[in-house]
This record gives sequence, C-alpha cells and structure tokens, in this order.
Amino acid sequence: MKFSVIIDALPYLLGAAVTTIWVSLLGVLLGQVFGVVVCVARQSGGRAADMAGGVYVSFFRGVPLLIQLLLIYYMLPLIGIDVPPLVASVAALGLASGAYVSEIYRGALNAVPHGQSEAALALGFPAQSIWTRILLPQAFRISVPALVNELILLLKASSLISVVGVAELTRTSQTISASNYRPLEIYLAAGLIYLAINGALALFGTLVERRLQQA
Amino acid sequence: MTAVSQTATPPRTMVQGDAVPMVSIRGVGKSFGTNEVLRDIDLTVNKSEVVCLIGPSGSGKSTLLRCINFLEVYDRGEIRIEGTLVGYTEDTPRRRLSNRDLRSLRRNVGMVFQQFNLWPHMTALENVAEALVQVRGMDKASAASHAGRMLDRVGLAAKADAYPARLSGGQQQRVAIARVIAMEPHLMLFDEPTSALDPELVGEVLQVMRDLAADGMTMVVVTHEMGFAANVADKVAFLDRGRIAAFGTPREVFHESTEPRVQQFLQTYHERNSF
Repeated sequence: MKFSVIIDALPYLLGAAVTTIWVSLLGVLLGQVFGVVVCVARQSGGRAADMAGGVYVSFFRGVPLLIQLLLIYYMLPLIGIDVPPLVASVAALGLASGAYVSEIYRGALNAVPHGQSEAALALGFPAQSIWTRILLPQAFRISVPALVNELILLLKASSLISVVGVAELTRTSQTISASNYRPLEIYLAAGLIYLAINGALALFGTLVERRLQQA
Repeated sequence: MTAVSQTATPPRTMVQGDAVPMVSIRGVGKSFGTNEVLRDIDLTVNKSEVVCLIGPSGSGKSTLLRCINFLEVYDRGEIRIEGTLVGYTEDTPRRRLSNRDLRSLRRNVGMVFQQFNLWPHMTALENVAEALVQVRGMDKASAASHAGRMLDRVGLAAKADAYPARLSGGQQQRVAIARVIAMEPHLMLFDEPTSALDPELVGEVLQVMRDLAADGMTMVVVTHEMGFAANVADKVAFLDRGRIAAFGTPREVFHESTEPRVQQFLQTYHERNSF
C-alpha cells in the first residue's frame, strides 16, 4: 500500500465524485417526478392509466439497470435520437428510480387515513388540491426513510454509468488505476468517498425526519 | 305509529311561511349488496333546526348523515338541500352529478367527523385557513385572519400555531368545528362528534355545539349523547335497522313514545350510564 498514490489521485477522484453526485441528484429529481406522476395516475387515472403504470413499474424494476442503460444508450440513436452519455445516464437512473419511488408513494398513500381526504371532500376541495395539499405532503412525510434509502441505492447504482463512458467516480478510478497500476489504493479511496457521501445522505435524512416529526 | 310520527306531525318550530326546507329526504334507500342499510327514509330539517339522529350502532344513522353530503351514495329516493337535488341531475333517468356541481353543493354543507380528521401537517390556524384559500379563493393573509377569528369563536385563539398532535381530543374537535364554520355553511352535519373523546372532554365540544345552535345554525347530529339530544334538539329521529322507528320532539321520543325498540334502547342507555 502506498498512500501517496491516493493523495496524488485525490483531486481527480473528488472531481469525479462531484459528477457522481450531480448525475445522481438529477436522476433522483427525475425519479421523483416520474414516481409521483405514475403513482397519482395509477390511483386516480382509471384502468388504462393503472395498467400502463403497472407495465412501467414491472419493466424498470424487473430489468437490470445496466441493461436499461445500454438499451437507452444504443437504441435511441437507431431511431434518430442522438443521446450524449450523460443524458442517457440521467434518463436511465430517473426512469428506474421512478418505478421504485412510485411504489414507495403508493404504500405511503395507503397509510394516510381515509378521513384525511374525506374532510377535504366534504369542504368542497377540488381533486387537485386534495392531492397537492393533503395527500402528497403526508405521503412524503411517511416516505422519507424509504426515499433516503432509495437515494443511497441510486447513488451506488450510478457507478454503472461508467460503462457508457461518463467520467464519474467509478470510471475515473478505473482510468487512474489503469495508468498507475495501483488499483487497490485507488478503489479503496473511491469506496471511502462513496461511503462518505452516503453517510452524509443518511445524516441528512435523519435531520429531515426529525424536523418533520416536530410538526 | 311510525308512519304517523314520521310524516304527519307538524314540526313544532317550523316557520310556516318558509317554503323550502333546509334538508328534505324522501323515500331514501341504500343497500350494500343484499344488505339494505337504509329503507324508505323520510325526514325534513327546517332552517335553524337541530335534528338528532339516535339509535343502536348499525342502525344506519351515520350512513344516512353521510348521504346528505353524498360522501355515501344513496340508491333510491331523493335528498334535497335548499331545494337542490343531492348527488344527481334532475334528468330522468337521473345521472350522477359532476364533481364540480357536487363541490358547489358541498361548499354550503359542513361536516364534523368522529375522528376529527384534522390535517396533521398543518397548524390549527392552517387547518382552518386551508379551505378558505383552496375552495373560496381567499388570499392567504385574509384567510389567516378570518381563521384566527374562527379559532377565537371556539375558544382556541391561543392554540393557533399548535399542530393537532399537541392538542387534546376536545381541542382538536373544536378546531375541526372552526374549520367548518369558517366556510359559513348553511347546514352542519355532525357524525358522532364526541364518541372518540375522553368523557371529561365531551362537555367543551357540546358547549360549542350549543352555542352554534343558539346562533341559529341548522344542524343534523348523529349522537349517543342523549342529554344533548334531549336539551338542544328540536327533533329527534330514532333509527333502527335502516328505518326511522320514531320521530318527534325530544319529549315525544324520549317520554311519550310507545315504540318498544325506543324504550329498550333508552333502558340500555340508562343502565350503562348509571353507576
């Protein structure tokens, strides 16, 4: 073990970690959007919407993320859409995450007592306000632990986008260790960086949970 | 006996010139599958009247109450609020009302629930102000100040910033009442408003309801509080197995009714409530 190797590589690794963080962040945000839309559509959009949502969830939960990523990356150019690796990566992460998030919200919505929306109905709330003001805020609170878990899984899954050439933390580690022949030190450092980021995420989740519990 | 007391007795407090009753229920029936939970219900509630629905559990009184604002769908007969048919169009054959029309009807009908159903992620003030913003389109500042006055009316001005979890059951139910009266409803429905409360908290909620009745609010109250029914109600309807088995003034139902099921119910009630 030669720790000076890590010191030399650290600026590159940290720079790549920033890419990992923001690709994951975009993926999570996209996943939240897909998740909420699919969940609400399945609950209130009739049978066709429920079935379409069901197919979406089964596909993106059932097919490995790596395969999804390669499909998006290689298939879209065939129909004339040229996707940069970064865009394909964010799209794949978002679509996959959306499938899980929609199920997380579905479970959380079932945990909101029926009387909550009934009180709003009796007051004459439009359906849209019942969703945005009563149901989703409560479902979100219930989901925070599961969402933090999903965030951590997604950040680790983002290592897969190295295969389409995005210079995130895993890809950069491969590149560096291929040139300095010190894979152990470099991968150890990369692992610790992932651990640190996820530790921070878990801490953030705990803080959010505690904040929401005060309400 | 039942037919006479349901339809022929002129309501004591009815204002004779006031043509359109607040609530008019005619021949209403409802079934869950083969189980008939409401059968041929006739009931009239005039403006500023307090009508209590009493009876054993499973008699259909909550279901009837929930049909009035169409939280429960009735299958047969008709319910009218201030002359407007509830839940259906006037066409024959009738069709279900659009959500928009249902909303405009519900705006004038407040409902208080057994489990309060306050929104836990909002403070007491926000609970009261929310419908003013979402339904009446008020701006946030005026909604908040109106909500503050309503909390004051139920004696909870000091709790405006408290979340429901920090309030007692009685306080939560008073906030729920403030949330409803803020909308200035023409009619208020109470679904066992004190049944989920510890005995020592029942009084504060009943007092708020008495004040509302004294202010002339029209109220339909499903309750097990016989004292409230006896002292505050203008009319009492006793339901049993989906039918109105006795109807009249509290005196007529509690003291003069010869209906055996009423007497049996009251007997059980007295036995349970004596030490």
